[in-house]
Amino acid sequence: MTEHSDIDRVSGRSTTGHEWDSIKELNTPLPRWWVITFYATILWAIGYWIVYPAWPLLWSHTTGIWNYSTRAEVATELANLQKVRGDKMVALGAAPLAEIAKDPALLALARASGKTVFGDNCAPCHGTGGAGAKGYPNLNDDEWLWGGSLDQIMQTIQFGARSGHPKAHESAMLAFGKEGVLKKDQIVTVANYVRSLSGLPTSPGYDASAGAKIFADNCTSCHGDNGKGNQELGAPDLTDKIWLYGSDEVTLVETISNGRAGVMPAWVGRLDPSTIKALTVYVHSLGGGK
Amino acid sequence: MSESNTSKSMTHGEAGLMLVFSISALLCLFAAAKALDTAFAFHASLASAASLWAVFAIVNRYFDRPASLPAREINGRPNYNMGPIKFSAAMSVFWGIAGFAVGLLIAAQLAWPALNFDLQWTSFGRLRPLHTSAVIFAFGGNVLIATSFYVVQKTCRTRLAGDLAPWFVVIGYNVFILIAGTGYLLGVTQSKEYAEPEWYADLWLTIVWVVYLLVFLVTIIKRKEPHIFVANWFYLAFIVTIAVLHLGNNPALPVSVFGSKSYIAWGGVQDAMFQWWYGHNAVGFFLTAGFLAIMYYFIPKRAERPVYSYRLSIIHFWAIIFLYIWAGPHHLHYTALPDWAQTLGMTFSIMLWMPSWGGMINGLMTLSGAWDKLRTDPVLRMLVVSVAFYGMATFEGPLMSIKVVNSLSHYTDWTIGHVHAGALGWVGFVSFGALYCLVPWLWDRKGLYSLKLVNWHFWIATIGIVLYISAMWVSGILQGLMWRAYTSLGFLEYSFIETVEAMHPFYIIRAAGGALFLIGSLIMAYNLWMTVRLGEAEVQSPVALQPAE
Repeated sequence: MTEHSDIDRVSGRSTTGHEWDSIKELNTPLPRWWVITFYATILWAIGYWIVYPAWPLLWSHTTGIWNYSTRAEVATELANLQKVRGDKMVALGAAPLAEIAKDPALLALARASGKTVFGDNCAPCHGTGGAGAKGYPNLNDDEWLWGGSLDQIMQTIQFGARSGHPKAHESAMLAFGKEGVLKKDQIVTVANYVRSLSGLPTSPGYDASAGAKIFADNCTSCHGDNGKGNQELGAPDLTDKIWLYGSDEVTLVETISNGRAGVMPAWVGRLDPSTIKALTVYVHSLGGGK
Repeated sequence: MSESNTSKSMTHGEAGLMLVFSISALLCLFAAAKALDTAFAFHASLASAASLWAVFAIVNRYFDRPASLPAREINGRPNYNMGPIKFSAAMSVFWGIAGFAVGLLIAAQLAWPALNFDLQWTSFGRLRPLHTSAVIFAFGGNVLIATSFYVVQKTCRTRLAGDLAPWFVVIGYNVFILIAGTGYLLGVTQSKEYAEPEWYADLWLTIVWVVYLLVFLVTIIKRKEPHIFVANWFYLAFIVTIAVLHLGNNPALPVSVFGSKSYIAWGGVQDAMFQWWYGHNAVGFFLTAGFLAIMYYFIPKRAERPVYSYRLSIIHFWAIIFLYIWAGPHHLHYTALPDWAQTLGMTFSIMLWMPSWGGMINGLMTLSGAWDKLRTDPVLRMLVVSVAFYGMATFEGPLMSIKVVNSLSHYTDWTIGHVHAGALGWVGFVSFGALYCLVPWLWDRKGLYSLKLVNWHFWIATIGIVLYISAMWVSGILQGLMWRAYTSLGFLEYSFIETVEAMHPFYIIRAAGGALFLIGSLIMAYNLWMTVRLGEAEVQSPVALQPAE
């Protein structure tokens, strides 16, 4: 580039002699480190093209001297997985539910697989650790609405509760207020009685004998004479201080007035049988399995 | 100029455009009546009303104007056309605030999903493209059009080509934005990222863009300077390439000419390839080349220093143009895209590193001899920090295009953080810097209403950006590591919902960063408004500028 007589006083460099709206340009050469790094990236790219598949040809493409392909990589990884798991997944599918716990390797596989399935399918309601939330049972304790044996857990997972599946658990808490069975003051009284069953304090002026009578007349058919519940009907134990919706008077009044009918979806058809089996073992192992 | 009004007659442009818009008003009304879906009926009515308005606007303008059109020169000085630039600059501030506000809302939705309000129009899926298009195309696009029309006139020392054409470009472009944005809210989308508008919006944009290209090109051809200034190369590359990308990515067959739905001509992995060839080069030529043009004019102008290296500007310009266009496949690593295409996308991205940094070097080194101005001029500081963010983002980009890095970063918040380092730091700050320069120049003010407020804007927004990108780095890398963690038996260690739980605190920090950025832009809007309203008028020097040698 021709040198111009116009010299920038600050840098001592000549300008290109052009000027636009009082903007000039210096005749600075390219920074050496910039040029070297640029060439280095180009050389690296050329090296990469030699090693890996890179340039399209007419009917195929250059494959590179390492013969790399993503498909081959996936196949290798799947083969490695097969090595780790062996044919245990098949064995898990074939094994009767009760036998799984007897084979430590099978049990470990079932629990690991079940945990993943639980995280993807159950955690949104029951929480990632199975601790549950209001209306969604805690699966870590030994209180079970529909039973905590392996078979009972599997049945609940397969068909759900009030899920619309013909084999689903169907019974539900009645709406004693909405249906006009009990009056508001009766509901408050029986709510206090229910609180007293697990030793919770009752509100002042509560008539214990009236509460016991209302409970005996309306609730015992499902929850049992002593309020211990009935897993056949999914009726919770009211004496164990474990509450699905809450134990405060307002919540109990709401439960008794409007009833409760939480839904657990049916997973049969959505998860394959061996996955449901693994899930059953996992839930059973969370802490409360019977 | 002394001719009386009796010889006043309509130009071919005025008469022709009136005819075109009259026909368009009727056709759109007809389309609205025949529309198959309500969104299309709404858009056709909107287009009909806009056409009708255009006819009246042209007639009004005709009656108000003197017999002869504005002279290209007055007393040997170029008679610059600033009206369309003022309009576009004002629109950019409006759309910027709207786009940042929607961004804040969707950031908050990710932290607190209840903010979707269970309404289809306010759901994340519809607001997200509204945010990206509002900030990229509405805010960024108006800044690019405004600055390009200003810079091309000043550095060519000639009036903008065309009489109605520049107005057609700025208003037409904003009508496109309106159609695109309302379309997203109504659920009209062709589901291609950054190219969501449906076929009729695409066609309208094509017309507007061709006129934009013509106005810019003819102005350059009519220049009074022997050479073309570097900023104009970048603007031209931006305008030409965006036209090519838009046409390449959007060929679609409408289900009916009276309905909004269409199907893209490309299918499967070819469609994905076209999409990311488009998407990546929208970043390369819209958000990089276009805004480098802004940098090449506004930094030397504000610092009152010559551009650091002419040679570097030429080499990095052509290197960017040649290399960027290949880099798209790095968006499709480990997908159905053939390995060879992934290799090319990755290696060209690596080679792009230094050409991108050429712009950073030229931007920063132009400050040599003027670094002290950073202490006293927050506008220059904003421009310079934008270049620093540009350098950071254009290093991070090639890094993330490397397949092993990409296998960790892809689909995670790291990508969102990377985009926003570029979008908030580079595009946002260089645009704010340019607007702070441009508004006093356009409205003939001695300076800004308050430099102190610029300082506040600078610091609030900078803290916002730092919160945003550092939150996304941490959450993105955490997310990537959680996704790839396997147990010894080959099962995923973490469920998806566990990763969502882990993201929550970072989403709150990100939303806080976004809120700061929005507050900064509101301060800017107030400052610019007060500059126009109350700023001290600059007295134009009566002496004609001397042409440069």
